[in-house]
Amino acid sequence: MPDRSAFWNFLLGRLSLSSLPLHNSIVVGTFIVVAIGGAAVLGLVTWHRKWGYLWREWFTSVDHKKLGIMYMIFATVMLFRGFADAIMMRSQQAIAFGSNMGYLPPHHYDQIFTAHGAIMIFFVAMAYIVGLMNFAVPLQIGARDVAFPFLNNFSFWLTVSGGMLFMASLFIGDFSHAGWLGYPPVSELQQSPGPGVDYYIWGLQLSGLGTLLTGINFVVTIIKLRAPGMTLMKMPMFTWTSLATSGLIVVTFPILTATLFLLSLDRYIGTHFFTNGFGGNVMMYINLIWIWGHPEVYILILPLFGVYSEIVSTFSGKRLFGYSSMVYATVSIMILSYLVWLHHFFTMGSGADVNSFFALTTMMISIPTGVKIFNWLFTMYRGRVNFDVPMLWTMGFLLTFTIGGMTGVMLSVAPADFLLHNSLFLVAHFHNVIIGGVVFGVFAGINYWFPKAFGFRLDPFWGKLSFWFWQIGFWVAFGPLYVLGLMGVTRRLSHFTDPSLQIWFIIAAFGAFLILLGIAAFVIQIVVSIRRREALAVGNDPWGGRTLEWAASSPPPPYNFAFIPRVHERDTWTDMKESGYQRPLQGFNDIHMPKSTAAGMVLSGLGFVFGFAMVWYIWWLAALSFVALIVAAIVHTFNYDRDGHISADEVSEFEHSGNWEPKARGAIA
Amino acid sequence: MSHPSQAGHAHGAGAHDSHDGSEHAHDGSLRGYLTGFALAVILTVIPFWLVMGPVSLSHQTIILIVLGLAAVQIVVHMVFFLHLDTRSENGWNMLALIFTLVLVAIVLGASIWVMYNENANMMPMSPQYQHQKPGS
Amino acid sequence: MNTIAIDRSPSEPRQFLCREEEHPRNGTLLGFWLYLMSDCFIFAALFACNAVLGTNYAGGPSARDVLDLHGLAVNTALLLVSSVTFGFAMLEMARRRNRAMLGWLAVSGVLAAVFVGLEIHEFVGMIAEGAGPDRSAFLSSFFTLVGTHGLHVTVGILWLIVLMVQLARHGLTEANRRRLYCLSMFWHFLDLVWVGVFSYVYLVGVLR
Repeated sequence: MPDRSAFWNFLLGRLSLSSLPLHNSIVVGTFIVVAIGGAAVLGLVTWHRKWGYLWREWFTSVDHKKLGIMYMIFATVMLFRGFADAIMMRSQQAIAFGSNMGYLPPHHYDQIFTAHGAIMIFFVAMAYIVGLMNFAVPLQIGARDVAFPFLNNFSFWLTVSGGMLFMASLFIGDFSHAGWLGYPPVSELQQSPGPGVDYYIWGLQLSGLGTLLTGINFVVTIIKLRAPGMTLMKMPMFTWTSLATSGLIVVTFPILTATLFLLSLDRYIGTHFFTNGFGGNVMMYINLIWIWGHPEVYILILPLFGVYSEIVSTFSGKRLFGYSSMVYATVSIMILSYLVWLHHFFTMGSGADVNSFFALTTMMISIPTGVKIFNWLFTMYRGRVNFDVPMLWTMGFLLTFTIGGMTGVMLSVAPADFLLHNSLFLVAHFHNVIIGGVVFGVFAGINYWFPKAFGFRLDPFWGKLSFWFWQIGFWVAFGPLYVLGLMGVTRRLSHFTDPSLQIWFIIAAFGAFLILLGIAAFVIQIVVSIRRREALAVGNDPWGGRTLEWAASSPPPPYNFAFIPRVHERDTWTDMKESGYQRPLQGFNDIHMPKSTAAGMVLSGLGFVFGFAMVWYIWWLAALSFVALIVAAIVHTFNYDRDGHISADEVSEFEHSGNWEPKARGAIA
Repeated sequence: MSHPSQAGHAHGAGAHDSHDGSEHAHDGSLRGYLTGFALAVILTVIPFWLVMGPVSLSHQTIILIVLGLAAVQIVVHMVFFLHLDTRSENGWNMLALIFTLVLVAIVLGASIWVMYNENANMMPMSPQYQHQKPGS
Repeated sequence: MNTIAIDRSPSEPRQFLCREEEHPRNGTLLGFWLYLMSDCFIFAALFACNAVLGTNYAGGPSARDVLDLHGLAVNTALLLVSSVTFGFAMLEMARRRNRAMLGWLAVSGVLAAVFVGLEIHEFVGMIAEGAGPDRSAFLSSFFTLVGTHGLHVTVGILWLIVLMVQLARHGLTEANRRRLYCLSMFWHFLDLVWVGVFSYVYLVGVLR
C-alpha cells in the first residue's frame, strides 16, 4: 500500500500509480499497440459516423443473429489475446535453457499461462459456442427469436464485461498467477495478496452469470419455441447438442459461481474454506471446481459435435447416419460427464476404490463419443462428399480428435495418470481435444454459416490455407509435447536445465508459428471475402442444406421466417425442397418482435464497475455500483412495453429483397 | 387476406408434444395448503423433539431419522406448496427436477465420499485441528 | 393466394407453413423453474462444504456450543407460516380479489422480514462471542450456507415489495400474474431449502 493520505486511500482503495506496470516493457509495448489500434478503430467509427448505427442496430439489439455475430467477433478478439499469450510461452520455453533465462521472468510467465488458459476457455471457446448457438438454433427450430431476447442481450454484455476485467488486468495491476482454475492455497490471500486473483474471480463471476442465463434461455427456447410438428426426434442434431449443452450449463455453472464465491469469501472476509489452517480444506476447492470443470469440457465440445453432424450430412448429401443413436449418445455424454470429475485429481490420494470408480466412468464416456465418430464415418460412406472448407475442418477434426480421445483414455487409467499427471503429455492431450474438437469445429461452423449470416461465402482459397496451417501447425506444436510429457517434463515451467530437451521445444515453437499463420490466413480470408463479396455472393442455400436455417434468406430478416414453418420430416428443408415447396410472396401478416433495449448494457456496465471496485478495494464505488445495479434492475422491471412490431408491408419488402438470390454468380453455385 | 383451407393443420399438430397443455402452474386450493401446512408442522416438530427432547436413541439413529423426515418434508412442500406434478409444463418441470435431484445427489454423495477418503488417506492432522470435540 | 406447397402425391397434400400468426408460447415459468434448479446447485455446493468441513472446529466452538435450537424453532415456524400465507395470497389471486391478495402478500413479507431480522440478530451475537465466520472452517461454512439462504430471503422480500407496487399500479395483468407465479415458486423454494438447513446444519450439526 503506497504511503498517502487516508482520503486517497478511501477514494482509490489500493489502486495507485505503482499499480500500472510501467516497469515492464512488454506490457507497455502491448499497451501502446492496443491503444493505437483502439484509437484507430474508435476514430474510424467516429469518422464514418457509425456510433448511432452501432448503438441502435447492434449494441442494444435483442436479435439472436446479431448477438451471435457479436459473440463471434468478441471471441475472435479474445482469441488474438489468448494466442498472443500462447506464442509468448512457446518462445520463452524454446529459448530458456541453461544460463539463458528467456525474456519472461517467472512471475510474468505464470500470469501468462493463467491468462491463456482462462481466456481460451471462458472467452474464446465459450463465446464461440454461444455465438454459434445464438445464430443457428432459433433458425433451425423455425423460431423468430430466443425465449428471452432481453436476457440474451444481457448475457452477451455480461460476458463482455468479464472479458474486459480480464483485459484491464493487463494494464492496471497484474493478473492471477494461480493457473486457469485458481487452485488454493496459491490463490488465497496469503500467497496472492495482489489484485490478480480478484480480477480472475470477478471476471469469471460476471461472465459465468451470463453463461448461466444463456443456458436457461436456450433450454426454454428449444423446449418451447420449436416450429409445429418438430418433435424432439425431428430436431436437427445441432439443436439437440445445444439443448444438451444448455442443460449442462444450467446444472454446472452455479457450482463454479459457488466455488469462486467461497474463494472470494476466503480472500475478502477471512473465512477458512480452502485455507491451510483453521480447518480449511484445499482439496474441497479442487473437488468442487472440477465438478464444474469436467462437464464444462463437454459443454464446449457437444455443440461442435452438432456442427460436425450438420456438415457431414450436408456435404455428403445424405441423411445423418444413426440419428437416434447420436441423440442417445449425446444424452448419455451429458449425464456421464457429471460422473468423471475426479480423474483430474487421481493423484490427490482418494485411494484405490474411488480412483477405480472414476477411471471406469471415464473410460465409459469414450463409448458414446466413439459411437458418434462411427456415425460420421458411416454418413460419409458411399456419399458424394464435397470437400469444401467446412468439410475439410471436419475431416481434420475426425483425425485429430480421435487421437486426442485415445490419449485421454490413456490418461483415464489411474496408475498411468500417476506418471503423466501435470506433465506436458496432459497439456498435449487437452489441446488435442480442444483444438482438434472445439476450435476446428468453430472454424467449420464459421465457414458453414457465414453465407447464411452475410449473404456471401468465405473465400475458399484462404480458408483452405488456414485449415492446412492449423492442421499441420497443431501437430508440429503438440506432437513434441507428447514426447516431452512421456519423458516426464512437467507443465508450467519457465526455464529448463537439461539442454537435450531444447530441440523439442524449438519444434513446438515452430508449430505455434504455423498456427499463427493459420490465424493470419483466417483474418485474410475474412478481409478478402468482404472485399470480394459481390463475387462470393450466394443465395439462401449455398451448400444444399437440410435444416430450416437454409429456408430463410441470407442474411435472414429480423423476424427469420415470414410464416412459421410446419415440420413433417427430420431434414425439414430437404423435405420441403423435394416436395416442390414454393416460397410465398404475398399474404403476409404483421409480426410481433421484442424491442431493442439498452438495459443489458447498462446493467453489465454497472457490473463491470462493481467488479473493478471490488478488485481494488474501492469500497464506496463498490457499494454505489451495487446499489445502482439493483435500482437499474428494478427500474427495468417497470418497463412493461417490450414489444414492437413489424408491419406486413415491411415483411413484404424484406421478402422481395435481394437476400434470396446471389447478386452475381458465385464461386460455387 | 384470404387463406386457403388449412388441410395440413391436422397433420403436424398431433405429433407435437409441447403445444397444448396449460402453461400456468395450477393455483392449489385452501385445503391443499392447509394439509401441506399440517404435514409440514408434524414433520418439523418430530425432528426438533428427537434432538431437543428426552430421547434415548443413538445419535446415528436420530441423524438418519431427521434426514429421512427432511426428505419427506421436501416432497410435501413440492406437492402441496409448489404444486409440482407430472403435467406442469408438459412434464418438463418434473424432468428438470429429477435431473437436478440425481445430479445434486451425485454432488453431495460423491463429494463426501471423495473427501472422506482423502481425509483418511492424506491428512494426518495435528490434534489441535482434529475436529471431534469430546463427547460426540 | 395460391397454394404454398405442392406435394408430388396428390393424395397427401402437406402444408409447410403456418399461415396464421402464432401466439408465441411464454417460457417464463419454465425458465424460472430452471433458474431454481440451477440455484439448487449453489446450495448443493454449500451443503457439500458443510458436510465436509462442518466438524472442523479448529479448536473453536462446536456446533453444540453456538447453535441456538430455540431460536431455530421460531425461525422455522416463521418461514413455514409465511409460505402458507403466500399460498393464501395465490388463492386470492385466482379469485381476483386484489386487496385480500395484497394483504396476504404483506403478511408473508413481514414474516420473512422478521425471519431475516432474527437471523441477523443470531449472527451478530455469534460474532460478538468470537464465533465469527473467520474462526473455523465449520463457522465459515455455517455462516455462508445460512447467510446465503438469508440473502435469498432478503432478495425475495425486495422483489415482493417491488411486485406489490406493480400489482397496486397495474392490477393483475398477464405479466403481473406471471411474475407473481415466479415469486411464489421462489418463496416456496426457499422454504424447501430451509428444511435442508434446519435439518442438516442445525439438528444434525449438533449431533455430529
